[in-house]
Amino acid sequence: MADITRQTSESRTSQSLGEAAMMPVRLAMGVIDAPLRWVQKTFGLGGMAAFFLLPNMLIFGIFVLLPFFINFAYSMTGGSALFLSDRTFVGADQYTRLFDCSNYLAPNTCAEDTFWTAVGNTGWFVILQVTLMIAVSLITALILNRNLMARSFWRAVFFFPVLLSPVVVGLIWKWILQRQGLLNFGLYGFGFDPHVWLNDRNWAFAATVGVSIWAHMGFYTLIILAGLQAIPKDLYEAAEMDGTRAMRVFSRITLPLLMPNLLVVIVLVLIRAVQIFDEVYVLTGGGPGTSTLFVTQYIYETGFAAQLRNPGLAAAASILMGLVLVVLTLMQLGLSRSRDKKGARK
Amino acid sequence: MSRVTEFLFRRKGGKGWHWTDIVTWVWLVVGLFVMFGPAVWLTASSFKSPAALAEFPPTILPYVTQKVTVEGYDKPLDLYTATLEDGSTATLAEVRRIGTVSQMVDPKKPTEIVKVNIAKRAPVREMSFATENYTEPFTHFDFVRYLWNSVFVTVTATLITLVVNSMAAFALSKYEFRGRTFAMLLILATLMVPLSVIMVPLYSIVSALGLFNNLWGVILPTVATPTGVFILRQYMLTIPDELLDAARMDKASEWQIYWRIILPLTAPALAVLAIFSVVWRWNDFLWPLIVLSRKELYTLQVGLSIYSGELNVQWHFILAMTVVTMIPVVLVFLFLQRFITTGIAGTGLK
Repeated sequence: MADITRQTSESRTSQSLGEAAMMPVRLAMGVIDAPLRWVQKTFGLGGMAAFFLLPNMLIFGIFVLLPFFINFAYSMTGGSALFLSDRTFVGADQYTRLFDCSNYLAPNTCAEDTFWTAVGNTGWFVILQVTLMIAVSLITALILNRNLMARSFWRAVFFFPVLLSPVVVGLIWKWILQRQGLLNFGLYGFGFDPHVWLNDRNWAFAATVGVSIWAHMGFYTLIILAGLQAIPKDLYEAAEMDGTRAMRVFSRITLPLLMPNLLVVIVLVLIRAVQIFDEVYVLTGGGPGTSTLFVTQYIYETGFAAQLRNPGLAAAASILMGLVLVVLTLMQLGLSRSRDKKGARK
Repeated sequence: MSRVTEFLFRRKGGKGWHWTDIVTWVWLVVGLFVMFGPAVWLTASSFKSPAALAEFPPTILPYVTQKVTVEGYDKPLDLYTATLEDGSTATLAEVRRIGTVSQMVDPKKPTEIVKVNIAKRAPVREMSFATENYTEPFTHFDFVRYLWNSVFVTVTATLITLVVNSMAAFALSKYEFRGRTFAMLLILATLMVPLSVIMVPLYSIVSALGLFNNLWGVILPTVATPTGVFILRQYMLTIPDELLDAARMDKASEWQIYWRIILPLTAPALAVLAIFSVVWRWNDFLWPLIVLSRKELYTLQVGLSIYSGELNVQWHFILAMTVVTMIPVVLVFLFLQRFITTGIAGTGLK
């Protein structure tokens, strides 16, 4: 009995403590209320709507829209000055420089050879990473969609790396792939000699693909899983009654019905793959040489990190990447719209 | 015993094992190791001394060679179990090594030197957690500073994100006004403008505002997130308008409606956005890397990447700092993972 009374009094004090903490917030809200009532009286509900939108729009405007538009202006100026007013107009020179190339497949024939190396690397990366990512996420989602013991636990297992920061992901794998690392330790057990994986051009590139899949597959698995769970169960029951083989169930029921969702996921993976930067920057720093240099890192280095930084060139390159992203995003919007329409018809 | 295995491997409906069952469990178990293994390995390594980190093949748990102070020698000597010529074993301390011969002394009789072939001695090792990997960065590096900067950026940005985006979502879900569709489209369009596309001009704007080398320069560009507006707006659309009308009858101002009615009712969506925002801001890397060039302003992520890129990487500190950087995210994973996964499955946004 005494226990109960103590408990209630405890909860009461904690409640009043919470209230005390809220007091200044309440007070502030009350103080704000008076002038806002005046705004409401003078400008009506429309004025209030504008007031509620204002902070968000202001931040959007200053930090997203404005840079978006002046990016074009930047790409047509030269020199290393930071502010637009100090820069000289050069027209389309930056673009001509980027495209000054006798053979686009051989970056060393280009004026901006690192740009084309980065474009080539990114192209390969996108092809490999998107294919493997979709395959791995799809298989995992199919498996998690089965009648499993402790399903939410297994789902969490594959989701874990998604929350890790790119820097942590990069460092974890840098530590595993180094000479005294876990991978060499494992291979040593099978009699292989230790290898410095990240000093090897091909292995380093493979590592960037593998690590980015490891880090993000849990996210796409979740989306595909949601799509799988939306497929009506009675279809599977009917197939089971007919004794249909597993592969056939997959190709005739699961895949066609999942396709609209899967397409959206593919474009989403594409959009992210084109912009790959953070974990690779920490893992390999673009090296060895330029073997894992991707477009975002090229923009970052040209605009900020290089000895002779060239914001104009970086802006031109970023606009080219932006074009690719706009096309991909429009594709995604179109696909999700047609997916939602199909869903509505059913 | 066979009963137990029979029970464990029994399938629903009494059917036998199908090949898909085997694939499933192999995939799941391999997945378990591949997904958690690297982080566990990193954490285990973070307790090793620099000497143990340089060893190959590495041990899983942190071991150090035991040392002993012997009379007549300045430095503590490594302890070994040596097999002597007569076949007996003894615990000896190594004084020096010449070629394949090790000169050793018995710690109890420090004057008598025994020569042992190095193949016939093995270090005496014991488990020891190098906690100084964790404590030293707090005094040697500006680690506390980085931690504080990261916490400040994360908390402030999340609070502003919640306020600014809930206000916008309120306007976009509960008011009819000219330009509402335009405002929605504008916000939608910003999804197409990722940081990597606008970083050059954004940098000049942030500099022009005097926010270069300022934590606010990291915070402000991130707080108006389209994802946030979407999550909150979808949720607010489900709140019945009658509730607002009733409040208006009672002479509540619009601000009071937002503050006293809408916000409390939107709490679940706000919680999801708060979790997302904390993880995003804690993990942000490229933008802080551009805006912050003074050491004392680095966030944890920037500090870690800079230190790990140095020529003489002090891995024992890096590993420990990485573990500390992981802690908040692991906590979110352990306690709030369910909210995030349902949030993603519901909206398809990250």
